Amino acid sequence: MIISVASGKGGTGKTTIAVNLTLALQPDHPVQFLDCDVEEPNAHFFLKPRIEESREVFTPIPEIDDSLCTYCGRCAEVCAYNALAVVKGAVLVFSELCHGCGACRLLCPEKAIREVGKRIGVIESGRAGDIRFVHGRLDIGQAMSPPLIRALKKNMDPSRTVVIDAPPGTSCPVIESLRHSEFCLLVTEPTPFGRHDLELAAGAAKEMKIPCGVVINRASLGDGDGEVRDFCAREGIPVLMTIPFDRKIAEAYSRGQTILEAFPAYRTGFLELFENIRKLLS
Amino acid sequence: MKQIVVISGKGGTGKTVMSACFASLARSAVLADVDVDASNLHLLLHPEILERHVFKSGQKARIDVEKCTGCGLCLPVCRFNALAEDDMGRVSVDPLSCEGCGVCFHVCPVQAVEMEIPISGEWYVSRTKYGPFVHARLGIAEENSGKLVTEVRKKAREIAESEGRGLVIMDGAPGIGCPVIASLTGTDLALVVTEPTPSGRHDMERIVDLARHFKIRVACCINKFDLNLENSEQIQRWCGEQSIPVTGKIPFDAAVPESVVRGIPYVEYTSNSSADDIRRMWSSLLELIT
Repeated sequence: MIISVASGKGGTGKTTIAVNLTLALQPDHPVQFLDCDVEEPNAHFFLKPRIEESREVFTPIPEIDDSLCTYCGRCAEVCAYNALAVVKGAVLVFSELCHGCGACRLLCPEKAIREVGKRIGVIESGRAGDIRFVHGRLDIGQAMSPPLIRALKKNMDPSRTVVIDAPPGTSCPVIESLRHSEFCLLVTEPTPFGRHDLELAAGAAKEMKIPCGVVINRASLGDGDGEVRDFCAREGIPVLMTIPFDRKIAEAYSRGQTILEAFPAYRTGFLELFENIRKLLS
Repeated sequence: MKQIVVISGKGGTGKTVMSACFASLARSAVLADVDVDASNLHLLLHPEILERHVFKSGQKARIDVEKCTGCGLCLPVCRFNALAEDDMGRVSVDPLSCEGCGVCFHVCPVQAVEMEIPISGEWYVSRTKYGPFVHARLGIAEENSGKLVTEVRKKAREIAESEGRGLVIMDGAPGIGCPVIASLTGTDLALVVTEPTPSGRHDMERIVDLARHFKIRVACCINKFDLNLENSEQIQRWCGEQSIPVTGKIPFDAAVPESVVRGIPYVEYTSNSSADDIRRMWSSLLELIT
């Protein structure tokens, strides 16, 4: 089973929920944890995995063979991202705009283009106890995280329950993280910001035809969880767990502690959450 | 004209709450929400929309089933796994996977592929009691958020210039990727809002590196600093070593979410001392850019 944890708004507790769900499933369920927030990966602070392998990830960018190039301009014409420009006697490659689609190489009439790798980040994998852990780290200054997320997800181990910690937002990196998930947990908080972005995230899950459920975090904060519950009822999205606001949880988080470490009684709640997801999917 | 962007790396540290406070304190600035992916600033500024603009960007392939012969030439050349062939040999496009590169369009021998430019969002010019406000809404699951950010920023600058306003305040997105890069380049100051947690600290270091990569000046605000005094001290020390001014240390306050529920910038909602801390921070930020 592949469960992804998303939210729209940042800082609602995606990593907290994903990590504690994973820990609650120990030792009975084999779990693999994928931190797909490659721009700002944080789950390792809480799962504290021992990293066993680190691998660089490259995306293909064009390289021009000047001895074959006739500067006909076909490559610049077919590039949908304006990543190539042909000026007098030179082809300029703007690698930060390149999506690595290969159109230029495929369509060059002189076969003057080959592709070389451009490093975009690293993927690190290891284990925390019996939990298999994989995360990615986008290089500073790289704009496009989806190729790194795709490379990270190639490490998915379908023989285990896979928990995916997704990035905030609803655009391409989130879509890439959620793709192929069987269930999406949406973490929200009962403020106008949390609700607004929950609606966006629920929209994204719906568009991707992934069934979802909601976790209301810091449920006693703001104006209470009434409006979130109304929204979920209207949309037919089950509310699977609520966690009240507790300054002690926030303080534990600030020390790098998980909820289960600080408040072991929550274990039952997270196990119920997992069972409820299983029931919804069966 | 000066531009300040509020960023954080990690989400939920308080970017939007701070941005709304600055809007309230600055009075005559142009305001922009450059988190086009999950924008929230409008929930505190209550804009009256004056102009709506369609944002069209990127392209998506569409296959004309009448023309498609099912030859399958397009299938192996698509690197985004956006094309699928059914049992009948008909090819279809998954618009969520298609990145619009057009390789399929170019290799199709019978011109069955059309490239369409979809509407991928909207952007608005609004009036608020704090000044003009440019904001946007990217369609769900759309790409090119960076381009939409650039569009919003361009309009905000135009308004500032035509109305003789000296300052643009921008509420940024979390992360370090394409929309954040688009909101950072060419600004006069990036205020990094962090929190005293391992993730807050780690994500701040990455966003500071990014700002430096683009040679943008950085200031720091430690929000909820009293949640962990030891971590706050470490952040402050690190900022000192990096010559980054810590312009504000704001305590944790349950009145912050209350002010958000009421839809009021926090500095207007409360009269307690943390509102003064934010006022002082705003003054130091203004000093830094003038």
